[in-house]
Amino acid sequence: MGGIGRSVTRLEDPPLLRGQGRFAADIRFPGELHMRVVRSPIAHGRILEIDTADALDSPGVVAVWTGADVAEIPPIDFRQMRIPGLGDYRQPILAQGMVRYVGEPVAIVIADSPYAAEDAAELVFADIEELDPVMTAVQSPGEFAPGLTTEAGVVRKSYGDLPAAFAAAAHVFELELGVGRHTGVPMETRGAIGYWNADLNRLEMHGASKVPHANRLAIAKMLSLPPEQFHLFEGHVGGGFGIRGEVYPEDVLACLAALRLKRPVKWIEDRKEHLLAANHSRDQLHRLRAAVDANGVVLGIEDEFFVDQGGYVRTHASTVTDLTAGMLPGPYRVPAFAATGHIRLTNKTPAGTYRAPGRYEGTFVRERLMDHVADRLGLDRVEIRRRNLIPAEQIPFRRGLDALGTEVVYDSADFAGLLAKLEAGVDLPALEATLAARRAAGEKVGLGLAYFVEKSGLGPFDDVIITIAATGAVEIVTGAASVGQGVETVMAQVAASVLGVAHTDCTVVHGQTDRIARGMGAFASRVTVMTGAAVTMAAEKLKERLLAKAAQLLQGDRASITLDGCGIPLGELAAACAADDGTPALTAEASFTTDHMTYPYGVHLAVVRVDAETFGMVVERFVVAFDVGRSVNPMLVEGQIHGGAAQGIGGALFEEFIYSEDGQPLSASFADYLMPTLNEVPMVESLVLEDAPSPINPLGVKGAGEGGITAAGAAIASAIENAIQYRINIAQLPVTPARLRSMLQQASGS
Amino acid sequence: MSEPKVTVCCTVNGQKVEADVVPRMSLADMLREELHLTGTHLGCEHGVCGACTIIVNGAPVRSCLMFGIQAEGAEIRTVEGLADGDTLSPLQRAFWEKHGLQCGFCTPGFLMLATWMLEQPEPVTEERLRHVLSSNLCRCTGYTNIVRAVTAAAKEMGKWAESAAA
Repeated sequence: MGGIGRSVTRLEDPPLLRGQGRFAADIRFPGELHMRVVRSPIAHGRILEIDTADALDSPGVVAVWTGADVAEIPPIDFRQMRIPGLGDYRQPILAQGMVRYVGEPVAIVIADSPYAAEDAAELVFADIEELDPVMTAVQSPGEFAPGLTTEAGVVRKSYGDLPAAFAAAAHVFELELGVGRHTGVPMETRGAIGYWNADLNRLEMHGASKVPHANRLAIAKMLSLPPEQFHLFEGHVGGGFGIRGEVYPEDVLACLAALRLKRPVKWIEDRKEHLLAANHSRDQLHRLRAAVDANGVVLGIEDEFFVDQGGYVRTHASTVTDLTAGMLPGPYRVPAFAATGHIRLTNKTPAGTYRAPGRYEGTFVRERLMDHVADRLGLDRVEIRRRNLIPAEQIPFRRGLDALGTEVVYDSADFAGLLAKLEAGVDLPALEATLAARRAAGEKVGLGLAYFVEKSGLGPFDDVIITIAATGAVEIVTGAASVGQGVETVMAQVAASVLGVAHTDCTVVHGQTDRIARGMGAFASRVTVMTGAAVTMAAEKLKERLLAKAAQLLQGDRASITLDGCGIPLGELAAACAADDGTPALTAEASFTTDHMTYPYGVHLAVVRVDAETFGMVVERFVVAFDVGRSVNPMLVEGQIHGGAAQGIGGALFEEFIYSEDGQPLSASFADYLMPTLNEVPMVESLVLEDAPSPINPLGVKGAGEGGITAAGAAIASAIENAIQYRINIAQLPVTPARLRSMLQQASGS
Repeated sequence: MSEPKVTVCCTVNGQKVEADVVPRMSLADMLREELHLTGTHLGCEHGVCGACTIIVNGAPVRSCLMFGIQAEGAEIRTVEGLADGDTLSPLQRAFWEKHGLQCGFCTPGFLMLATWMLEQPEPVTEERLRHVLSSNLCRCTGYTNIVRAVTAAAKEMGKWAESAAA
């Protein structure tokens, strides 16, 4: 029947396979205008003048606006994790006097075709007095604006007695570790269509994604519209990964233009714009001290890190810094811990979240430390982890930290058990023997592994409305969103499990702010946990109603009646209930609330071969062991793992936004920003476990969206060191051939 | 608009069509904007990602790198022409069954590229599959299930050959 646990094919797929998707660029309204953004070519400077005369004279142009034309619109506010002092660093929708990164919007052109808009945009001339750019977050803070330094905020988290840990240490290790600047880069670029709906006297934004309800309130407030007069509509979304769907300047501009001009205004980003203007991520440098006892047990970690935030603080505020600090200790006991994260402004594209924000970085740092300790103490890299893991009997485990405003409590886990299953699953001793034999024969090939703890299912709530029509068709309306991960199928499976119907009889409505009053959207691997719980609750309510009605109609015993055994079609029962209620169809609503996240965990194992001459690196094998509590659709869970792993490989070996000293981005096309192709990604192997179901939600599920990526950088770095037999310490991602060559040359020279 | 337009006559998915386009309009834009075939997607507009891959006169091409006017007289196939009415092609069905797509944005390009590969006389081996499909980008699937889907379709169509032992 397609209930929970079945690898059914997706409800989403037929239109996507036929070319009938409705992505942002596919939406068209009669009489639509097209917006083109003029972007700063300068990393840091003062705007002296913007000449728009030639653009205004260009054929087909309707309007050209600069910062002065939108000065009354406030800057874009934070969606989550605001901390005091960040407000002054928010981004205006068009530059107001200063430009702070190459790609910053300084003007828009609106014309009757995209070609005309792009032609005219080239005629806008911004006269900008160049200032020295700040291109690193590590140097002492400079001036952002009079009275404001480039350090926007500092996040501090700690627990335990750190001085005592260092006093008791047999060894103290100091490491400097960095993760490069890279980001989600969905295959669909961003897009937004502002539409003034005269019939309904309201403004609409089409092409919404991720968090439509939050964005509705945010944009309505910026435009001084009552929320009732503004709705967002999500169509197909070509990938999210954290960066897509936040409120960006362009979204507000398209809506503002539609509101002012009372005509549809369409903005579709091109790829160069995407790489210059959509959120970057990662780019952290950590300075770590660790206190370790004689047996390799880590007694304490003190970490100071620097987050390169780019030109402004965007909607995520302190999210990435917060998660980095709150999740850094991972699966290990680490009795004392202190982290200080500096959010520093630079003159690069502003940064936000990217799949496993803060954990990809923190896991790299922590797992590099584990490898380092193992190597220095002459211990096996698996053994060092075993010695430090939190034992199963200490679960649930209060980490002593908070993340995303919730206390970090590992709700269920068997860390050592998963490690043992992975070792058995890949036959680790035999694999290591094979690799050793290959090395003895001259190959540079090695194995690395890294542990991770993820978080998922962020609250505080999720609402669901389920309606059963007289036909028996089930409609599930949720405030969650779909970024392509299979929300419709999974929620249909959850409802089908409770109601005993086929999942194909269920339709799922998401991302439409006019269909449900509030919603949290899709981020932080939250939908299966939160929306799944709410669907379960609403479906249980309906089931109770339907069973009671069946018992009444059959004059039978409620306890002995089942929905599929009662002989009355579901639609008929639902219609009878609706008649009682005096409503057109039987409906139930439910809200699931929680104060806690749930924590999936796992291990990544990589086998990497290094070419002795070119220093090119090939990932031969990539294995992800991942306990997700319970799989609603195992095929979709594996799909999430595969995709995350490929992105993790990208961040470990290829992807990096590089800048020149004067702030010019050098990775502004797919020829320069290298994403993995099939050539660079092996068939990803996954070992999905359900040994630790979550006790804090009705389904026992944990979010599977991010664990495919989290430890990839750490595992690959470890494998490369193993391949070349520990002559170097890999302290920076991505490990490009040039960096590896230079490290090896330095190592052999010293 | 003062730009002169040119009438392009070509065949798209077996049907004769005409489009009046400005000479600088890309073939992808002509398909999407003039012929309303929005299944062909634009992911980079500089010929790298392959989302806009279509088949022109029997060859896979990046439709973002061709002008519409260059398609005069051409036989063009797009994702909209793969299914036979309600019946998906074996490759489309394999993508569905093997979970070879997530967001679905790159999917039309992969479908057209793989459709072309499966129509060539030479058999499909794992090496050839990896070589050909590595010319397109996907950001969701990690390619693993795309490989499984294309492999399954090749087997069903009798096009699969095990690689020669190394």
